[in-house]
Amino acid sequence: MTALLEIRDLKAEVAGRQILNGLSLTVNKGEIHAIMGPNGAGKSTLSYVLAGKPGYEITGGEVLLNGEDLFAMAADERAAKGLFLAFQYPLEIPGVATLTFLRAALNAQRRKRGEEELSSPDLMKRVRELSKKLGIDPDMLRRPLNVGFSGGEKKRNETLQMALLEPLLCVLDETDSGLDIDALKVVANGVNQLRAPERGMIVITHYQRLLDYIVPDVVHVLAAGRIVETGGKDLALQLEATGYAQYQGEAA
Amino acid sequence: MNVVTPQIRTAAEQALVDAVDQHLAAVPIAGRVGELRRAAAAAFATHGLPHRRVEEWKYTDLRAILREAPPLAGPLDAASEAEATFKALSVPGAKRILFVNGALARPASDLLALEGGIAALPLDSALAAGEPMADRVGALAPQRYDGPLALNTAFLGEGLVVRVAAHAKIAAPLHIANVFTKDDPATTYGRVVVLVEEGAQVTLVESFQGRDGVAYQTNSALELSVADGAHVDYVRVQEEGDAALHLGTVMLEIGRNAQFHSFTQTSGARASRVSVYGRFSGTHSHAGLRGATLLKGRQHADTTLLLDHAVGHCESRELFKTVLADESHGVFQGKIVVRPDAQKTDGRMMSRALLLGETAEMDNKPELEIFADDVQCGHGATAGELDEDLLFYLKARGIPQKEAEALLVQAFVGEAIEFVEHDALRELLIARAEAWLARRA
Repeated sequence: MTALLEIRDLKAEVAGRQILNGLSLTVNKGEIHAIMGPNGAGKSTLSYVLAGKPGYEITGGEVLLNGEDLFAMAADERAAKGLFLAFQYPLEIPGVATLTFLRAALNAQRRKRGEEELSSPDLMKRVRELSKKLGIDPDMLRRPLNVGFSGGEKKRNETLQMALLEPLLCVLDETDSGLDIDALKVVANGVNQLRAPERGMIVITHYQRLLDYIVPDVVHVLAAGRIVETGGKDLALQLEATGYAQYQGEAA
Repeated sequence: MNVVTPQIRTAAEQALVDAVDQHLAAVPIAGRVGELRRAAAAAFATHGLPHRRVEEWKYTDLRAILREAPPLAGPLDAASEAEATFKALSVPGAKRILFVNGALARPASDLLALEGGIAALPLDSALAAGEPMADRVGALAPQRYDGPLALNTAFLGEGLVVRVAAHAKIAAPLHIANVFTKDDPATTYGRVVVLVEEGAQVTLVESFQGRDGVAYQTNSALELSVADGAHVDYVRVQEEGDAALHLGTVMLEIGRNAQFHSFTQTSGARASRVSVYGRFSGTHSHAGLRGATLLKGRQHADTTLLLDHAVGHCESRELFKTVLADESHGVFQGKIVVRPDAQKTDGRMMSRALLLGETAEMDNKPELEIFADDVQCGHGATAGELDEDLLFYLKARGIPQKEAEALLVQAFVGEAIEFVEHDALRELLIARAEAWLARRA
């Protein structure tokens, strides 16, 4: 069986500085992988490299999404192939209504996959259903994307996008940052509803707390640009007790 | 000691001086307006076209740009009229008055005779009939010499006078549509004089369109008086043909407790210049002057604004957005003058440019001239490229590069367009901007 995501010995640089140092990771369909690690370990770099952000240079290794070379695709093609990055800091786009953005994204992906565009009434219906589940005020959909949204609203909006676009691989970059416990539960609940046999997830986080609500199958420790330890969900609890100091020593 | 530099007329200036002389003889106008016309002709003969050494024209050297002076368009024919009727911008629910190649197309126009509080009359018949409205021609002209306006006045003849009666609330926008249909270059001059009386409310639209590939010239002037307590929305759509030269002068006077909002959308002409002269003559009024300019290829567009807070307690807001693709050149010059007695003035002016082309260029010159001490005024200008992080966010959601760019450009101009309160007009402007983006893609 082809793995959903296969990262082999990935090396990447930002502005001439090597951040990823031979990272390998395999995510199969239906699995949730947590990646934990200290600040500066390369967690966000990994998420940006996967999503195709400009400014990151791949200096070694390869990544296969459903057996296809990820780096041969532009960022929008990766999204159409089912990769979704939930941003740590979702961007504000003044002048673009949230609903307009959702329509543009969904229909661009459908076009690229040779599917028919979703009609406006169908889209509205779908978005309303999902918003209700995530406790998103329908008025927010008319407002410019993320402009003036609270931290919690922004993350809910990311989750709404993810639910609407139905990706195969979700990469959640520090989804818990900036969230209070109530907002965290709502977002985690939204994410859990997306758990499916054909879908995989990578949950990137600094803190164990998020993993109380999104329970992973596998936990990895990322330090100095490599996976230095892999274990079950208990590893996260252990890390909460011991911290990352042991790995930082090892990485250096 | 002032040395008057003897000015040698260019061939185009000489041709214009000759054409003015012919026009004065061919189309006689009596009385004060006739004298005004002769004075403008004399001023043009002395000063000619403005050039780069004239401060207000530094970035738009009209003497260098206007090399040919095409003849007047001549009488209107049925085929042109039919074509223009079809081509002219259609504003939902509006009463439309159509000028084709500079001439009023009477059968195709909804001329109104104080129907429900609004009257629109051809300028020539209003002048001939001695209508008091026609006598307002030139009333709002600036003190200083303005070359295009002098020519517009010297060539007075075609145009429209509009009166909105006191306290009339006019629901249907009045749309003055200008279309150029000829295959050969020609010049059109049009003067529109509008008086919106006390407490009246109206939406006025002017549009300019024409044939691509023909180096015609449009010279348009609007004098708009907003009386005390009146509420006026003005939308100007400039989509001239791609080889055209468009010269516009917009003169405004805003009375007491009045509301004025304008929006100028510019995407046409090879070169264009619109000069706006606004003046607050009564206290406690609000003016919002905004616009969006979309340029590509080698287009040049200049918006120059002079807003005179002659009295106090007025508020003005200016927001101009310019999108520059390819090798286009945009100019924004805005000056807010606050007179010594104009205390409690609140004025904010902002010009923002988005550079899409590597060799595109924007000249921004916002200025404040403040002579009162108790005022709040500010201005700013920015020029930048599309935000790479925003583009990435859109692409990470599956939106392709071109579409992501278009969405961001649309958002950029949308921030200005959203101030247009009239729903159908706002949607029309958004649709025109989208069409511009689609043509570019």
